[in-house]
Amino acid sequence: MNRELLVMIGKAVASLFLIANYGLILSGVMYKIIARVHGRFGPPVWQPYINLAKLLSMRTAVSHGIMFYLGPVFRITGGVGLYLLIPAVYGSSWLSNFSFSGDIILVLYFIFFGMLGMALGAAESGHPYSAIGVMRGLAQNTASELPFVLAVLALVAQYKTLSITGIVAAQQGGIENWTLFTNPLAVIAAMLAFIGMMHRSPFDLHLAPQEIPVGPPTEFHSSYLFMMSFNRAFFGSAKLVLFMNLFFGGATSIPEMVIKTFLIMLWTVFVGVVFPRYRLEQSVRWLLKVPTLIGLLALALQMF
Amino acid sequence: MDDRKMKHRSPVPEEELLSPDAFLAPEERGLFCQDRPEPVEPSKIKIVRDFCNWAQANSVFILAFGTGCGAIEMRPLFTARYDISRYGIFPRPTPRMSGLFIIGGYASVKTMKRIVRSYEQMQNPKFVMGLGSCTVNGGMYYDSYNTVKRLDHYIPVDTYVAGCMPRPESLIAGFNRIKELIMEGKAEGANEYAKNFEWYKRNQRRIIKDWNMPEYNW
Repeated sequence: MNRELLVMIGKAVASLFLIANYGLILSGVMYKIIARVHGRFGPPVWQPYINLAKLLSMRTAVSHGIMFYLGPVFRITGGVGLYLLIPAVYGSSWLSNFSFSGDIILVLYFIFFGMLGMALGAAESGHPYSAIGVMRGLAQNTASELPFVLAVLALVAQYKTLSITGIVAAQQGGIENWTLFTNPLAVIAAMLAFIGMMHRSPFDLHLAPQEIPVGPPTEFHSSYLFMMSFNRAFFGSAKLVLFMNLFFGGATSIPEMVIKTFLIMLWTVFVGVVFPRYRLEQSVRWLLKVPTLIGLLALALQMF
Repeated sequence: MDDRKMKHRSPVPEEELLSPDAFLAPEERGLFCQDRPEPVEPSKIKIVRDFCNWAQANSVFILAFGTGCGAIEMRPLFTARYDISRYGIFPRPTPRMSGLFIIGGYASVKTMKRIVRSYEQMQNPKFVMGLGSCTVNGGMYYDSYNTVKRLDHYIPVDTYVAGCMPRPESLIAGFNRIKELIMEGKAEGANEYAKNFEWYKRNQRRIIKDWNMPEYNW
């Protein structure tokens, strides 16, 4: 086989290994932080690893059809694909991933791809709660995509490029070049939408165990649930890395990436532990009001 | 509903079992799987078996289904005072994802039907903890007309937490006990259920008169 291709695959696998572990540790730390805010000790930081091992060690699994199999596969494809199209560390030979071959439009598509696959899988399970959860999840995700897309369009108009690497490159050379300071309105709109995109309280209605049981994954178990939990490590950290690249100047080293993404995650955790859960109509209405208007303003300022 | 005199592990002739979907409406019959559960033995390789048991013991998803008054003692476990999550125990809302079923106290016949359905939807390996004296011998409901007296006539139970009601500390002791059993590979309730399927089904059918569900619910 082509030596260059092998090197490429090796780099992608190494990059995925890094981000998977980072994502798992991050979710462990997040559970710990939430527990400390509640005044609890919380599970150990490595609990996500044990949960994955436990889900893999289940001895039986029930299938409801082909799409039920493919739902989690689509989900993990969405997560891995999204991560591989974003440069995790700007300028790094292996952590730039395949960012040169996809632009921000493709990334926006990949964010939704897994969710739609999941919706088909959940629908095949035949559980009414899954259908309700999917409906709620997709409604809310569409609502949170809108301000985010407006913010991205404002950025595209500002930097005159669709490439994420190009947007990162334009922000190099000092903190004053970050989008956070050159286009604060777009950042505000996107960061408000981000809470909705991360499915954290107050926007966690469709996944909350206390509501209609956990929504889309109601019927998923054993290795299906393993794939979906594992995907969270990729998908969550890919979204963090995307926001770091678009709005906070990207990262030129792994420690910088870790610090920046951790702080971005802390923002959603902080909001999540403070605010109680929205009902669906409240969250959709809120997302379509405040962040969308700010996003429109940011876009208008860039256009005129 | 006196089940105290029931003979334990009595062999049941096949013809005594009712037809699997006798009570299902014709349009519903195709919707459910009618296969019997099959026992799935753990891995024969010791290190794999030990690792699986370790993972099962350290990440327990409990089915947060309060079947009786004792379930109120489970609520404080998730709060700051007892915080069960530090032992790797988390509540899950659906039977599909859960591994440990806590029967929260007395089980009335009506609840028993739901317990059976939920238990059968859980995946192997699955564990059951009987909470409160009423799951052991009926407790204060020993002469009640519609409460089951011995839970393990209907589903296999791995461990009991006696008391009326047991305090959250007792429940934590119960969790530790069930973790020990899992680590030792002795919590094989799911396989026992599959092996003695007829016996369990017969007992369940004896008390659940309005059996309008499939033979086996997964």
